[in-house]
Amino acid sequence: MTYEFLVASSIGVLVAGGIYLALRARTFQVVLGLTLISYAVNLFLFASGRLVLNRPPIWDKSVADYTDPLPQALVLTAIVITFGMTAFVVIVALRSFLETGSDHVDGDAVPTDGAEETGE
Amino acid sequence: MTFADHLPILPIAIPALAAPLTLLLMRRHPGWAVGVGFASCAAMLVCALTLLVQANGGVITAYALGDWPAPFGIVLVADRLAAIMLALTATLALIALLHAVITGIDRKGWHFHPLFQFQLMGLNGAFLTGDLFNLFVFFEVLLIASYGLMLHGQGAARLKAGVQYVVVNLVGSALFLIALGLLYALTGTLNMADMGLRVAEIAPEDQGLLRIAALLLASVFALKAAVVPLHLWLVRTYDAATPAVAGLFAIMTKVGVYALIRVVPQVFGEGAGAAAWAPAPFLWPAALVTAAVGFAGVFTARTLSEQAAYAIIGSTGTLLIAVAGWQEATLAAALFYLVHSTLAGAALFLVADVVSWRRAGAADNCASGPDFSGRQGVGLLFMAAAIATIGLPPLSGFIGKLLILSSATALPQWGWAWSWTWAVILGTTLIAVIGFARAGSAIFWKVSEGAATTPPTSRADYAAPVIALLLLAALAVGAGPATAYAGAAAAQVLDPAASVRAVLGGDAA
Amino acid sequence: MAMALTLYTLVALPFLAALVIALTAGASRAVHAGVAAAASAGGLALLAGLAGPVIGGAVPSATISWVPALGLDLTLMVDGLGLMFAGLILGIGLLVVIFAHFYLYEGEATGRFFASLMLFQGAMLGIVLAGNVLLLLIFWELTSLSSFLLIGFWQHKAEARQGARMALAVTGGGGLALIGGLVLLGQVAGSFDLAVILARGAVVQASPLYPVTLALILIGCFTKSAQFPFHFWLPHAMAAPTPVSAYLHSATMVKAGVFLLARLWPVLAGTEAYTTIVTSVGLTTMVFGAGVALFRHDLKSILAYSTISQLGLLVMLLGFSLKLAALAAVLHILNHAAFKAALFMAAGIVDHETGTRDIRRLGGLAKVMPVTAVIATLAAASMAGLPPLGGFISKEMMLDETTHMALFGLPWLVPVLATIGAAISVGYSLRLAVHLFFGQPRDAQAFARAHDPGIGMWAPSALLAALAVLLGLVPMTLAAPLVGAVTAAVTGAPAPEFDLALWHGVNFALILSLIAVAGGALLLWRHAGLLAAWERAAHLDAKAMFDAALGFADRWVRKAMVALHTPSLQRMLLASFAVVVVLVIEGALRGGGVLTGTRPGIPASPAGIIAWALLIAATLAVVKDARQRLRVLIYLSVIGLMVSLAFVRFSAPDLALTQIAVEVVTVLLLLLALNLLPKRPPPLSSDLRKWRDAALAITGGALVGGLAWAMLTRDPGASISAFHLANAKPGGGGTNVVNVILVDFRAFDTLGEIIVLGIAGLGIFALLDSAARGSAGARLARWQEDMPHSSERHPMMLVVASRIALPLTLTVGIYLFLRGHNQPGGGFIAALVVGIAFLLQYLAAGFDWSDRRRRFGEHQMIAWGVLLAMATGLGAAAFGAPFLTSWFDYFSLPLIGKFELASAMLFDTGVFLTVLGAVMLALAQLSHIAQRAARAHARSHEGGEA
Repeated sequence: MTYEFLVASSIGVLVAGGIYLALRARTFQVVLGLTLISYAVNLFLFASGRLVLNRPPIWDKSVADYTDPLPQALVLTAIVITFGMTAFVVIVALRSFLETGSDHVDGDAVPTDGAEETGE
Repeated sequence: MTFADHLPILPIAIPALAAPLTLLLMRRHPGWAVGVGFASCAAMLVCALTLLVQANGGVITAYALGDWPAPFGIVLVADRLAAIMLALTATLALIALLHAVITGIDRKGWHFHPLFQFQLMGLNGAFLTGDLFNLFVFFEVLLIASYGLMLHGQGAARLKAGVQYVVVNLVGSALFLIALGLLYALTGTLNMADMGLRVAEIAPEDQGLLRIAALLLASVFALKAAVVPLHLWLVRTYDAATPAVAGLFAIMTKVGVYALIRVVPQVFGEGAGAAAWAPAPFLWPAALVTAAVGFAGVFTARTLSEQAAYAIIGSTGTLLIAVAGWQEATLAAALFYLVHSTLAGAALFLVADVVSWRRAGAADNCASGPDFSGRQGVGLLFMAAAIATIGLPPLSGFIGKLLILSSATALPQWGWAWSWTWAVILGTTLIAVIGFARAGSAIFWKVSEGAATTPPTSRADYAAPVIALLLLAALAVGAGPATAYAGAAAAQVLDPAASVRAVLGGDAA
Repeated sequence: MAMALTLYTLVALPFLAALVIALTAGASRAVHAGVAAAASAGGLALLAGLAGPVIGGAVPSATISWVPALGLDLTLMVDGLGLMFAGLILGIGLLVVIFAHFYLYEGEATGRFFASLMLFQGAMLGIVLAGNVLLLLIFWELTSLSSFLLIGFWQHKAEARQGARMALAVTGGGGLALIGGLVLLGQVAGSFDLAVILARGAVVQASPLYPVTLALILIGCFTKSAQFPFHFWLPHAMAAPTPVSAYLHSATMVKAGVFLLARLWPVLAGTEAYTTIVTSVGLTTMVFGAGVALFRHDLKSILAYSTISQLGLLVMLLGFSLKLAALAAVLHILNHAAFKAALFMAAGIVDHETGTRDIRRLGGLAKVMPVTAVIATLAAASMAGLPPLGGFISKEMMLDETTHMALFGLPWLVPVLATIGAAISVGYSLRLAVHLFFGQPRDAQAFARAHDPGIGMWAPSALLAALAVLLGLVPMTLAAPLVGAVTAAVTGAPAPEFDLALWHGVNFALILSLIAVAGGALLLWRHAGLLAAWERAAHLDAKAMFDAALGFADRWVRKAMVALHTPSLQRMLLASFAVVVVLVIEGALRGGGVLTGTRPGIPASPAGIIAWALLIAATLAVVKDARQRLRVLIYLSVIGLMVSLAFVRFSAPDLALTQIAVEVVTVLLLLLALNLLPKRPPPLSSDLRKWRDAALAITGGALVGGLAWAMLTRDPGASISAFHLANAKPGGGGTNVVNVILVDFRAFDTLGEIIVLGIAGLGIFALLDSAARGSAGARLARWQEDMPHSSERHPMMLVVASRIALPLTLTVGIYLFLRGHNQPGGGFIAALVVGIAFLLQYLAAGFDWSDRRRRFGEHQMIAWGVLLAMATGLGAAAFGAPFLTSWFDYFSLPLIGKFELASAMLFDTGVFLTVLGAVMLALAQLSHIAQRAARAHARSHEGGEA
């Protein structure tokens, strides 16, 4: 087993779980789904720089080659932005529940199977 | 470097400074904060117009941030297209802000003005940047600002819609990042111009990945542009948002359209192998359906704001029908219609607001209510806004639609395909005529029993929509130069080599 | 130049008048009518100046370029055809304005009325004088819009609103078809300039697009001129005030279709298709309209159907594609304009003076309103085509032409049907006059109040009636030159020899016309019986069909739209994911290439595999236990930990640090939020839906995983990051390349990033600040009832942790910040660490403490942070460098030794402030809300115990 496989498969599993949860009917589940997806996306973006062991991009006279620093910078930005977005969506979900008394993603008054099926 | 050389950064820097200032001022000196807001929008307009003139010579101004040469640093690229979008944004911003302040909704919750300025910063950034990842960042800025604005004033309806709007866009952002990762992995660059050059050298065994990246990116932009079937988020969101905000949002779907127009020819143009014009075959039919669905919604809508929301979808569809031609003529038509439909959509939302405000109880439901003050006057405003949206003379929409129709037949490779375009555009126009006529006659002609609502003291609430409509009239009168500019912009967009020369220097091209 | 000025003034006058009237809406009826009349009269004067040369064969024109890209120019031209129509529009317009002034009551919205009327007049003039077909289109649509306003003038009447909407739908729809037709015509002809198009008839008729073009243009003409089967809107347009009917629905708008047919005669006419379609449609309409008119009772309805019939006659004549037929049409246009407008006004007078328009209640009016009777009878006689009136001449010419026309190869078809049509029109014309003015009064009360109106009201119609007479008595002197010039313009060739006279000796046409008169008389004599028969028979009501169709469309389209647009997030996401999955698969298949690249893999260490297994397990656990809120959070942090371990393993220390920090804050946030979210386990979705979602999810996961795999197994090409590595130290003054990228190479991204965080903070504050009020506040007060205590324990754990953590974390934070530029760390991470330190305090030290800290000034921190970052960026500009250009240098002080100062650090401070402000704002506000709930809960308990 190679690290490449481990990383790729982890991304796949995270995305699958994320999509499944994102399609559920409760805001909390959806938030979880988005969180899983964002882990996967960060890993994916990071992977665009390929996997390199023990070559941190800390400049040093003695070191000749490093891992690609750019994807790391991009992922950092992405992590931060995702964090802001996640925080926001959590609060919107909470606030929507407080206002409507329902934590159904469609704000349906009676969160039951029926209400969920209105999605179809 | 002189002040003039810094021109491209100003449309981003001005609101980025204005936002924190209004944030600091709003608590103690709200008057000042409002002043800052207007000043910022006005300054943006001045910069945009200057860039408009500057770009008219055909020069593409590249601005290297941090003085790092492209493609290693981030560059801003100010060409005709960017200038058009900037000018449009600033104009729309002034109108929306004016309406917000006049109707006083900017005081109906926290941080309207900072969010508004940040929103503009995000928009301007997206229109100026020449770097794909930076485009993502500005998408996020304008999105999160739009979440705040969309929820401004809150209430159950907005919160319900808000959850959906935010979640859908988070998914969109995730897709954007995946596409970016792929593209970086394949090309090793983020600068659009540079990427456009590097995609040409992609090895055959990587073509699949490249095409996937192109399609992912296109679908992200399509989601922003609310192309069927990715349009479901729009109606509820725009319907729920405060009309002044919804008016500003008229440009939001156009951001997606802009991104398509900017990225596809530059990165996925002729040289892009398997990804060359990859989105085109999907875009055209999707656009046809979008236009049909949008105007069908105009026909069935129950309230004016819902009608306006559907009109946004419909006009975006019409716009993309033209874009999907990817020829100079069609793209020119698209750009002219883009400017028109944005202002028209905004006008419609603002009129809807005036109506619901003056009709009090009856709100803007498409049904008769008690007589209300200014019924004839507002009725005329509505008729004008409807005429603009439908695309009838004497407002600029008619010219826009004529341009699209005549450019569609001029597509050599299409054979009789243009007849679909024609059928949809003319058909949707008729549907819209019937829909608006019905809504208008129900609201402004049919008066049910009941006391007339007390007349508001002033007609100030007419101001913003009237300005928008006057601009549309002006656009019709000045259609000659406007179309010429749009044509030049289209030609520039379809000639990536030009921007490559400007961004990476002569030798790179 | 003077000519150009004249032409543009001619068209502009009515619009100016409309504007003036609109601006003086408050003024009296007289003012409005005066302005309108003045404009019309002025227009007439200008036109009179042109008449001489135009009849002489000149074609004055002027053009201004408008939209070259489109071929749309402001071109105006006056030839014979334009002259005649412009004359009708302005002349009858003037009379109608005078009539309307007396017809409308003081206090009615005369401003709106006359403004719309002038708008219409201008649009109409535009149509007939336009020298560019696109310009013509613009005016064409304007007539539809202004007539919409005019028909709906009496807004309170339902039939007015419906009539207006129907007229708009039909004529507007036809207008759209016309847009298509004329754009195609222009493209085929190679120009939108009318003069050019008229000269390219051969080219157009040879083009493969000719059939489409013809069909679209004809639809436009037929809808506007109320030809069968598009006729039904016209009778309902009669809900308009009578002056409007007299103007739009007799003389002008409904003639626009006829005008366009005549206008494009040289280009379109002559082909088999044209002749067959236009002739048969016109003929059908003529007979059909006449037939219906015979059995109507409302005066205006009779006139409406007679108009339909007469328009059919004109269309038919043009359809013949014969020069003399065209000439007959031209003459009849004049006649019809004269007698029909007169009749409409007469009908208006009768309505005005008797209070009814029902011909069954009227009769014998000649005794009480002789003037009106004379006028109406003369006009009706002309309509019937009786000598010695103008109508007779044109009708006889028409009948004569029918004998030269074989439709469907049947030479007798057209003459026979035309004669029948003529007979019926004699019938309804006579009925109109006889039943209205002669015989015995049928309704005493209507009769009692009847009397002739003032001269102002009857003079206009009298003038028209006189014209109708003179057109019969002295046609050659009065009309011949004009008719000749017009015919020449229509046919695009010199007018044929013609002689307008009442008597051409006994010929076939005369016989036909005698038959028609006799037949008409017979119809009138037997009318009662026929009427009974007609009313027994069943009739298709076009309006009912139209409404039904619209209702049907409305119902089903609405059903579909509602079904499609149920505001369901699940559907939105499903659509998005599905679309993406499809596109990715399409891309993979069409794009080709291979999945696995050639890059050698790195064998995984056992530890790595364990971590991987943990991550997978945790993910599955999250999916499975999504309802066990708190357990899920633990799984989530496991995943986060594994991800950051991966970052450590793959040489990304900064990422690891950030990931951990973010992880903690996110979990804190979720903890707080969970406290307030309901604990009720969500219901299970239906199995079907679950499986569908699962399938989609697995496909999606496989695809993204596959992409990652494909990416990881390929060797990277040349990347721009080589430059970053090379220049981080020399150019950016930092050894931590990632950090230098963040604060220097791509500082612009970071600027956007912190602004996103700042906005998120502000947005969250705005959201939560209102949570204490309204239904939300109430729900908060009832907080505890919804949820058991279980969630309380976890903060307690944090309490303990935080006690130790605070001082430590603060120092760590500052340390991380300072070394950030050269070692893993930086403003963002530092801010998070410090933030966490405070937040643990918030949770630990309880809410009161946090509440006191509300004046922490997070808003200001965000603001100043952004300002500082911006200032750093703009500072560069002050030194003549681009935005965000960094500067750094090394200094040495005693004791401290050599150290570096970089503008990037200033920027990083901005980052630090913004991020800290945002994080504090969000979580502090959230805990603040939680505290309210707790307080409320406590109160409720005390209340309960007391």
